[in-house]
Amino acid sequence: MGDILLKIEDLAVSYTTDNEKVRAVNGINIIVEKGETVGLVGETGAGKTTIAKAILRLIPTPPGKIERGRIIFEDKDLLKISEHEIRKVRGNEISMIFQDPMTSLNPVITVGNQIAEGIRIHQKVSKAKAEILAGEMLEMVGIPLERFNEYPHQFSGGMKQRVVIAIALACNPKLLIADEPTTALDVTIQAQVLELMLKLKEDFNTAMIMITHDLGVVAEICDKVAIVYAGQIVEFGTVKEVFKNTAHPYTKGLFAAIPSISGQKLKRLHHIPGLMPDPTNLPLGCQFSPRCNCKLECCDELPSEDIYINENHFLKCHLYAQKQKEG
Amino acid sequence: MTEMLAKNNEVKNKVKKQKKSQFKEICMRFSKNKLAMFGMIVIILLIIMAIFAPFIAPYSYDEQNLKRSNMLPSRQHLMGTDNFGRDIFSRIIYGSRISLQIGFIAVGIGVLIGGTLGSFAAYYGGVADNIIMRFIDVLLAIPSTLLAISIAAALGPGLTNAMIAVGVGTVPNYARVVRASVLTVKEQEFIEAARCIGVKDHNIILKHILPNAMAPLIVQATIGVASAILSAAALSFIGLGIQPPIPEWGAMLSAGRTYIRDYWHIVTFPGVTIMFTIFSLNLFGDGLRDALDPKLRR
Repeated sequence: MGDILLKIEDLAVSYTTDNEKVRAVNGINIIVEKGETVGLVGETGAGKTTIAKAILRLIPTPPGKIERGRIIFEDKDLLKISEHEIRKVRGNEISMIFQDPMTSLNPVITVGNQIAEGIRIHQKVSKAKAEILAGEMLEMVGIPLERFNEYPHQFSGGMKQRVVIAIALACNPKLLIADEPTTALDVTIQAQVLELMLKLKEDFNTAMIMITHDLGVVAEICDKVAIVYAGQIVEFGTVKEVFKNTAHPYTKGLFAAIPSISGQKLKRLHHIPGLMPDPTNLPLGCQFSPRCNCKLECCDELPSEDIYINENHFLKCHLYAQKQKEG
Repeated sequence: MTEMLAKNNEVKNKVKKQKKSQFKEICMRFSKNKLAMFGMIVIILLIIMAIFAPFIAPYSYDEQNLKRSNMLPSRQHLMGTDNFGRDIFSRIIYGSRISLQIGFIAVGIGVLIGGTLGSFAAYYGGVADNIIMRFIDVLLAIPSTLLAISIAAALGPGLTNAMIAVGVGTVPNYARVVRASVLTVKEQEFIEAARCIGVKDHNIILKHILPNAMAPLIVQATIGVASAILSAAALSFIGLGIQPPIPEWGAMLSAGRTYIRDYWHIVTFPGVTIMFTIFSLNLFGDGLRDALDPKLRR
């Protein structure tokens, strides 16, 4: 086992509106080791992006609030350090790739200068030197240097995402958070971007948190995967473990919902009935119980605890606990 | 090592070459816009006229000739004479000194203070927004002319005080315009992305938000020059602005008002001059906005 880079302990985040409290993240534990890629998978609104923003302390307050928990990065608690210190971490040690490259670049600044900006902030270099570094970065992500002074609207979606990746990696961060980096792109570009990210990750030995709802992407590039449901991690393990020995009913449902071209044709796609619980009014017991097709009596009342299958794999499920007890 | 240096130099040269052409391109795009070029040329001519007024004007601005009062335009007096027999053409030329100064500086004060307050309020939101905008509301509740009058009365008459008075009177407008457009820009994802790479707040406002929120401000400011000239005239009219006989377009306009039935030329020429100036400024402002917007690049 490598060294621990990021350790999230019992993180809970809520958003308060006028008369309701949206509990977006409810007690999450994640450990990311150096150079490793962890996938966060879940439905829309499961709290994946909130986790990512909490790590960089980008949650708008109010209405957002980090209720409890600790985020230890190397030896600092990111939730306790000053605004000045967190700014040094942002972009320099942890950086983030946003979901939609179309909107995450400033339309009135040339792409080259946008890359150079991050370098200028975190490294004490002259403007000219920063531009040289930015130019190199641009070439590294496969964009010809001639386009250094072009504006974002002159780029295609895939090119923009490359620029965003260049910005994120410009200061050689130790951890990269990719928030659905390929969702807004078409499949061929997706493959290119993923390949690029993998290559750069290896070159720079960057750890990565990959947020996605595409299990294919997870299988391709992640080492570990966390299945997020209603602000909790319902199953966590190495990709191999989770994909082979899927244990949680929700994860099983997710796999069943993937269309397959082999096998019987004209088969209806499986779907998980119902919707995610309303985060303002979470169920008392297991979060997944209202939609679970194999729930027990205790599921509605008792919150489920983490149960370890082995040291690399745990889940939250009463059914599995019972099975384990019975041996 | 030498290889790396060579590579560095290559990158540097490429980047530099492109950089220069960027500014050039803005100029080129601007020069392609004929109307904007026309506006700019007129403004430059006006400024030259203001600087070299004593050499251009055929008469002095306070030279009275009561025998020749209220004369229609003729060869001796291109724009006629006013009720004191002063040459209107010369007075307009001298007046450009005062009017242009008041127009630009008053708007500058308004844009600077209003823009700062507006962008602060919008960016920080919450309590800061409330305090600033309620203060602006108080200013808005007082009619801007009345506000200017009270400021001018408190500070005393004079050119500088008139500019401050008029400028402060327009602060609420600019604050509102800037606040509205900053509010829409700051919600966009690239602002969050900028925060995410550790950009400081003031840099986010100055480098990322304001350039994207400029367009309505430019339009408002070019129109604002006209109203600033006229507000200054109102101040002069009640004796709190520029003291006669120093000429000023707005003051000439309001002084000639009484004679409009019998002698149309006394009001018409200063009025046309103001209109022409504003028109050119508007063309210039529009062209500038288009030239600065990279999306309109062809």
